[in-house]
Amino acid sequence: MYGGAFGVSAGLYDQFGAERVRDTPISEAAIAGACLGAALTGMRPIGEIQFMDFVTLSMEQLVLQASKVRFMFGGKASAPFVLRMPGGSGTGAAAQHSQSLENWFVHVPGLKVVMPSSAYDAKGLLLASIDDDNPVIFVEHKLLYKTKGHVPAEMYRIPLSQSHIVRQGRDVTVVATSIMVQRALAAADELAPEGIEIEIVDPRTLSPLDEEPIVESVIKTGRVLVVHEAVITGGFGGEIVSRIASSAAFDYLDAPVRRLAGRHMPIPYNRTLEYHTVPQVENIVEEARRLAQGVY
Amino acid sequence: MLVTHSLPSDRVEELLSSIGADQACQMLERMQVIRYFEEKAEELYALGKIHGTMHLSIGQEATAVGASSAVRSGYDYLLNHHRGHGHCLAWGSDVNRTMAEFMGKEAGYCRGRGGSMHIADVERNNLGANGIVAGGVPIAPGVGLSIKLRGTDQVCLVIFGDGASNEGAFHEALNLASIWNLPVIFLCENNQYGMSMSIQRAANIERISLRAVAYGVPGETVDGNDLLAVYDAVGRAAAHARAGSGPTLIESVTYRWRGHSKSDRQAYRTRDEVKEWQAKDPIPRFARCLIEAGMLSEAEFEAVQQRAAQQIEAAVAFSDASPEPDVSTILEGVYA
Repeated sequence: MYGGAFGVSAGLYDQFGAERVRDTPISEAAIAGACLGAALTGMRPIGEIQFMDFVTLSMEQLVLQASKVRFMFGGKASAPFVLRMPGGSGTGAAAQHSQSLENWFVHVPGLKVVMPSSAYDAKGLLLASIDDDNPVIFVEHKLLYKTKGHVPAEMYRIPLSQSHIVRQGRDVTVVATSIMVQRALAAADELAPEGIEIEIVDPRTLSPLDEEPIVESVIKTGRVLVVHEAVITGGFGGEIVSRIASSAAFDYLDAPVRRLAGRHMPIPYNRTLEYHTVPQVENIVEEARRLAQGVY
Repeated sequence: MLVTHSLPSDRVEELLSSIGADQACQMLERMQVIRYFEEKAEELYALGKIHGTMHLSIGQEATAVGASSAVRSGYDYLLNHHRGHGHCLAWGSDVNRTMAEFMGKEAGYCRGRGGSMHIADVERNNLGANGIVAGGVPIAPGVGLSIKLRGTDQVCLVIFGDGASNEGAFHEALNLASIWNLPVIFLCENNQYGMSMSIQRAANIERISLRAVAYGVPGETVDGNDLLAVYDAVGRAAAHARAGSGPTLIESVTYRWRGHSKSDRQAYRTRDEVKEWQAKDPIPRFARCLIEAGMLSEAEFEAVQQRAAQQIEAAVAFSDASPEPDVSTILEGVYA
């Protein structure tokens, strides 16, 4: 009825009715379990967790059950469901409503992790996720809800596990996820007049990762900056960096591989403190410039 | 100690006559198969032929067989728990493939990937045993919702232990099934110990079934060592669910004869207590009931036991002859 905490399901209740579109009690374990049980028996449910932070209360069903049923039962069970959840900071929601916990799920085989960075991608990736026969963790950045972009009316799909070159450039590869793709694009616009062309790669699906376009981009530019909002320690950037270091791109590196990510701290309430907790456009501009100029 | 009442004799007669002698003897045989399966499991473990741990359900056979027989196994759905060999066999799954799974072989239900704690027979709607206490419980409302949306008259039987009734997931799931009026039978197999902690110490209520009140669903406690009592309660709950009247919570009070797992020294209970419960063995109890009803002779009971023993020997031979999984297939099933 409420349309979810951010209105992402607004109108669905009126369109599809109370049988298919259900309000749930605030019972995150049961929401995830209900998705799994329905998926195991022939449905393709889509669940929503109000804030990604609250998925901590669903972890058992996702990590110990949904991710493993297919493998554990010899490939005979299938759990095709999507669990949507808004993550990220920037709304003044403080420490318990602002986290980016995607890498916890990247660490779990059997789950797919998808993070759209634009309105166009959100639709195509969501439809592909619904079609997918695996459980998909679909992480939406709250600030991206306010962005606008062209979204075709037809039902197009963007295949999962396909990294996307968002912008071509010769000088520095920026691997960015979710809202950091938008910030990297803004940074690219600032750097272009200086003659610095950054290439932006958006993995879109964090797991299973399509590594090849990242490696190829780094081979081309020789310099790489990885940007995400989640806390830097144990973050997805570490995985990207180690993939690059273990790949054919290693020999082409002209500079240390750099990471920009959330500081190792909870998200503060105060607007200024919150702003300085996670990477902003100017941080990306500065880091990319230093890489391009060989100052690090 | 919780007192459970015996079924009145006219109800016993009524149930037996509706079940019929053939099916009643099959139920007895299934209990015997489970008993021998578990004893064989213990023996194979002692011989070093089993790689992992195991949780034996010896003494609890009446709950498994009584519950499964009261629904339409293969059509309805089953979710169960880590002490699940018996549930799988009671569901009518193949003894050979169950044993092969326990022995980690390719011919097992889960191709040796699941093992003792994760036996599932997905083709026959057994959605699996579960290694996590209450892990299967929140899955059940999802199965119930799927049944409701598909408009079938299936039910979902979810079996969990007394320990699970103290997990938050149990409470979330019972509430959700209740408010959505879902066709789910919540069967708490109270074997009186969550590992070493007795349910008397773990919950401050006399009956776990009282928790049904908090969620506005019917609840009852039955003697879990009386196959007919379990059959009766689950059968009524299934009819209730199929009629669109929603979930039921049933507590089936039984007793685990063996330790929690192989590493349990059982310092938390007395030998006398175990002996007292061994005297309430559900298998001879049901056999006596059938003999008294004229549905079984002593000689036929012996024949039942022999057939059960033969099935177990055949299952071990089948599993011994089954190949190990091929390492080249190691990643199969991680993703679709």
